[in-house]
Amino acid sequence: MPFRIEVATRPEHEDPRGARVLRQAREHLHLPVDDVRVSSVYKVDWTLDDAQQQRLRDALTDPVIERSTLGALEPPERCHWVITVGFKAGVTDNVGRTARTFVRDLFGDDAPREGDVFTESRYMVSGSALSADDAARLARELLANELIERVQIASAQQARGAAADLTIPRAGTAGEPRAEAVLLPDDDDALLALSAERTLSLSLAELQAIRAHYAREETKARRRALSLPEAPTDVELEALAQTWSEHCKHKIFNAEIQYTDERGETRAVRSLFKTYIVGATERIAERVDWLVSVFHDNAGVVRADDETNLVFKVETHNSPSALDPYGGAMTGIVGVNRDPFGTGRGASLLTNTWGYCLGPPEHSGALPEGLLHPRRIREGVHHGVIDGGNQSGIPYSRGFELFDARFIGKPLVFCGTVGVMPREIAGEPAELKRIELGDHVVMVGGRIGKDGIHGATFSSEALTQTSPAQAVQIGDPITQKKMTDMLLEARDAGLYRTLTDNGAGGLSSSVGEIAQLSGGATIDLARCPLKYDGLMPWEIFLSEAQERMTVAVPDDKLEAFLELAARREVEATAIGRFDDSGDLVVRYGDDVVADLPLSFLHDGCPRMQLEARFEPPAEHRPPALPADHAATLLALLGSDNLCSKERWTRRYDHEVKGLSVVKPLVGVNADVPADATAMRVQHGRDLGVLLAEAIQPRISDVDAGAMGAYVVDLAVRRIVAGGARLGAIAALDNFCWPDPVLSERTPDGPHKLANLVRCCEALAAMTEGLDLPLISGKDSMKNDSTRGGVKISIPPTLLLSVMAWIPDVRRALDLVVPSAEHQLYLLGATDAALGGSELYAYLGAQAQPPARYIAAAPAVDASRTRAVCALLERAHHEAGLVAAAHAPHRGGLALACATLALASGLGLEVDLAAAERLDVGASSGAQPLDDHALLFAESAARLLVAVPRMRAADFEALCERHGDVPARAIGTFTKTPRLRLARGERTLLEHDVGALRAAYTRAAREGGDA
Amino acid sequence: MSAAPLCLVPTGFGINCEAETAHAFELAGGRVETPHLSDLAAQPERLASARILAFAGGFSFGDHLGAGRALAMRVRTRLGAALERFVADGGLVIGICNGFQTMVRLGLLPAGHIGEQSVTLAENHHGAFYDGWVTLAFDAASPCVWTRGLERMDVPVRHGEGRLICSPAARARVESEHLAPCRYLDPESGRAAERFPHNPNGSEGGLAGLCDPSGRIFGLMPHPEAFLYAENHPAWRRGGANSPRGLEIFRRGIEAARAGA
Repeated sequence: MPFRIEVATRPEHEDPRGARVLRQAREHLHLPVDDVRVSSVYKVDWTLDDAQQQRLRDALTDPVIERSTLGALEPPERCHWVITVGFKAGVTDNVGRTARTFVRDLFGDDAPREGDVFTESRYMVSGSALSADDAARLARELLANELIERVQIASAQQARGAAADLTIPRAGTAGEPRAEAVLLPDDDDALLALSAERTLSLSLAELQAIRAHYAREETKARRRALSLPEAPTDVELEALAQTWSEHCKHKIFNAEIQYTDERGETRAVRSLFKTYIVGATERIAERVDWLVSVFHDNAGVVRADDETNLVFKVETHNSPSALDPYGGAMTGIVGVNRDPFGTGRGASLLTNTWGYCLGPPEHSGALPEGLLHPRRIREGVHHGVIDGGNQSGIPYSRGFELFDARFIGKPLVFCGTVGVMPREIAGEPAELKRIELGDHVVMVGGRIGKDGIHGATFSSEALTQTSPAQAVQIGDPITQKKMTDMLLEARDAGLYRTLTDNGAGGLSSSVGEIAQLSGGATIDLARCPLKYDGLMPWEIFLSEAQERMTVAVPDDKLEAFLELAARREVEATAIGRFDDSGDLVVRYGDDVVADLPLSFLHDGCPRMQLEARFEPPAEHRPPALPADHAATLLALLGSDNLCSKERWTRRYDHEVKGLSVVKPLVGVNADVPADATAMRVQHGRDLGVLLAEAIQPRISDVDAGAMGAYVVDLAVRRIVAGGARLGAIAALDNFCWPDPVLSERTPDGPHKLANLVRCCEALAAMTEGLDLPLISGKDSMKNDSTRGGVKISIPPTLLLSVMAWIPDVRRALDLVVPSAEHQLYLLGATDAALGGSELYAYLGAQAQPPARYIAAAPAVDASRTRAVCALLERAHHEAGLVAAAHAPHRGGLALACATLALASGLGLEVDLAAAERLDVGASSGAQPLDDHALLFAESAARLLVAVPRMRAADFEALCERHGDVPARAIGTFTKTPRLRLARGERTLLEHDVGALRAAYTRAAREGGDA
Repeated sequence: MSAAPLCLVPTGFGINCEAETAHAFELAGGRVETPHLSDLAAQPERLASARILAFAGGFSFGDHLGAGRALAMRVRTRLGAALERFVADGGLVIGICNGFQTMVRLGLLPAGHIGEQSVTLAENHHGAFYDGWVTLAFDAASPCVWTRGLERMDVPVRHGEGRLICSPAARARVESEHLAPCRYLDPESGRAAERFPHNPNGSEGGLAGLCDPSGRIFGLMPHPEAFLYAENHPAWRRGGANSPRGLEIFRRGIEAARAGA
């Protein structure tokens, strides 16, 4: 008989969890709530006697501040509503799982080993003016996500009288696991209907290829020999659909494209990926000698020095985060952790990054049905990524937020991880992935449930009301931490050969991929440990249940491997053997349920044929520009995109491991984001790794090619401003695009695809020009939402993440100027382009109705970027002249100067007339720049450098020798904390640094309502 | 000079600061082993040869049942007797952040032996995890051997549950016996910080750490092991890192272990 324990903070002590709910209910939902107290409910399905139940209750109760009962706590006197939130059956309950371990530890052999614990939160809400509808809104919009959680609402009166609820959300069914043959109809329409019905997301050409494969005589013969039906089994069909999904196969990036440019000239591009991404990196590889493993493994690998490789990967987890922001985003971070971890023979995890593109948090307009409010997505996403990384003991080096209304339909959730591996493991290159015939296929980590089934096909589609709830997984960082600790121990003891991650597509994808190393494998799904009964073989094969790795273990090491796993309380199961049969054979017990020839699985998918046509958008400039520059600066400084993110950033642990050097927030008040962050790679060594990134989707409104070029320029400027050296920087590309395939739903597909072609071209040209190889990347190509009959598509977005390494991390730079004894220099030219700028975005948001202004974006040229970066590099690394550096970006020079003053706690007197003379950009001809461009243009290839006044002559002499870079002294730092930007005699704007800080930090410093 | 004392830094189950804690003891002159907690529980006699036991920071068992609670249960049931012996034999113990939370759950602080929990580390007042640097002020009258002679130190805090609350009896004892070796400092007033951000969690009286009456057992919420290099300090590029490094705490621990404190 299950029993129940409820624990709450005693009334005389504060309840911060309740207080947080109270604050959010009032501020965000404007509900008349007076007080909220939260209690924790444990439903214990375990055979324990009365005394043991009492002991468990005591053990779960803090004697200093908590009270508890076996049963249900009475709501306090002032309570009006009791809202109970628990998980739906089968949803990961991490607290419940730890509670199971706790019960076993507490009773040892005195109680049965098996039992279960389920947890709930119970909110005691007081507010005499709170109606039943209000309570329901509170539950729906703040406390619970009904996609994954159950909610019960009772009035306090009902709750007082009621018996304690003992229902257990038990998952699973008694169904007999078996595979079924799926007849492929000869009729094409019927074939497409079958694909839709099973959420296969396969195109007609792909379905036809599958039908043809099964019609072949040699296929039939092979199937007869294995006692398989002639028609594909559901296991096979589902595995093919996953492996051939856009998410796994990157079909658009490999498509044959007919591209027509703005001049009407048409040419063919055969695979954007091969042509531009791989092509550029292959050419750069002839000039740099530190590329170790690019593109083919789970993450890119570079050599940082003779002992150490660095491994880097950035992923997106957009669709799941739209449905369940907390669980989806957490899965994003713990999922990307497994990429460097599963690279080569395994890397240890050094640091994480985050970045989100979100709808405006103060959005007050209508929301299409079924979409969560951007504020809720923001909070859930942060919370999930924070918990995922913090609990794993991996610091966050840096992060960003970007707001635009077009991310209301699908948020973009980027998570990245840097790993570190020795150059060699047991005498072999650490990046080498090798499997020998007869090695065991071992699944390590979490158990399999229905979590995330169809995740890969689902993320390859637009979000609709019918998007599957089970596509959402909740991460379990502690199970993963135990697993990664154990596997690193096993790696160093030589207990396995290689490993890979179970992500999208689950075992079908991980075993399918890694089996190519030996040339085949046979696995038995009946051996896989399950979370609950009733999973069909195809579900076991495809489940994206998290925290799992697939490991190749030599036969003579299997016993030791499994023994170590048992000692570390990590589940590990040998589920098959690698062979060279050419096929992936899947059994369920005695029956073969799938036979997948590796060649067909990986190479059988027909290439897409697509059309791209660029239609330059019409220019649309704001009717007038604001005259009050001082007010504009304050408005921009306080805007969602540019204001201090300290409140959010400080909830991410950025110091665990004790290696941090330049932290995500710098400056006298530690509230300004660093251009690049820096950390040691290992204790006792000075080798440092630097990280930066750039993202600027608004430029895509005019041309995604210009966007791509700008993003590379900015990322490189930022990391060089952090102390990196050109030629020792690697990059990762993450493309997030709206669906670029022409269809009824997407009539403008050819234009979106043309933008993709242009972005790839620009990326290739810029990376080649800067010796910046792309070492890994990812594309997410269906970022549209069609809920409630409204289509919302994201702007074409490229995130470029850059990683550099320097032998002595103490040479890292930041933007904090140490004293007033410094001079400010501007390197590079300013051009007049304001397209894609924060100024235009701000004016567009102010307009009635809101407008999207479109004009030419800053001109970008790799040689100019290279020249300014090379000058800074020389001035810093060779001449030691640089005290601080900063890459101006959003908000232009005005924001950049304000940022320097805020970070340094100093005044700054700037004459932009000097900058004006640097107007050498061809785009603006000989016209003098207007004040707005001078202040707010976000021109590329510019850097601000602070030099000690007594070294100014040396710096200027160095600049003279670099005649290719325009360089001018534009300002001096002052002890009086006042920012003044002038043009000759004329003051453009003027502010006390205190006023700047007030605008910049308008969101409270404290954890607040997060 | 006597041989380097052996320091044990158990790991596993979500403990995650073992590397920097181990490095801190090595820099301070110790010999360090980082056994998995399961291996240590299987051979509890390994404790007998050590002079220092460190409960490092982390998120043991995800802190799912309240910070440190599940780990404390594991230690109590698998390693409790050996730990009692280790303490009775004069061993030194330090617990940092999650390790401190675990020691408090075990009753080890401030009492000095495993037993009833008399103080707790509750959820931060502002209700969120917080990463930031704070300044500690040390009590010269405290018996704590880990902090002897220290006055002030800048250190990072990184926790969601660090609000120290004592039962009334425990609080009286902590104050009268100087069992609070360090408090969060408000640099402007020069007194114990009561408010955010100088006091990052709302701890009463600015309490940041506790020791037992012998001074050999010490726990604190901040992370001295994350300040081993000058470059860890947020102001290192501005010459602002005048604070002694967190390393000093480990040096004092090693000194005390050498002296047989």
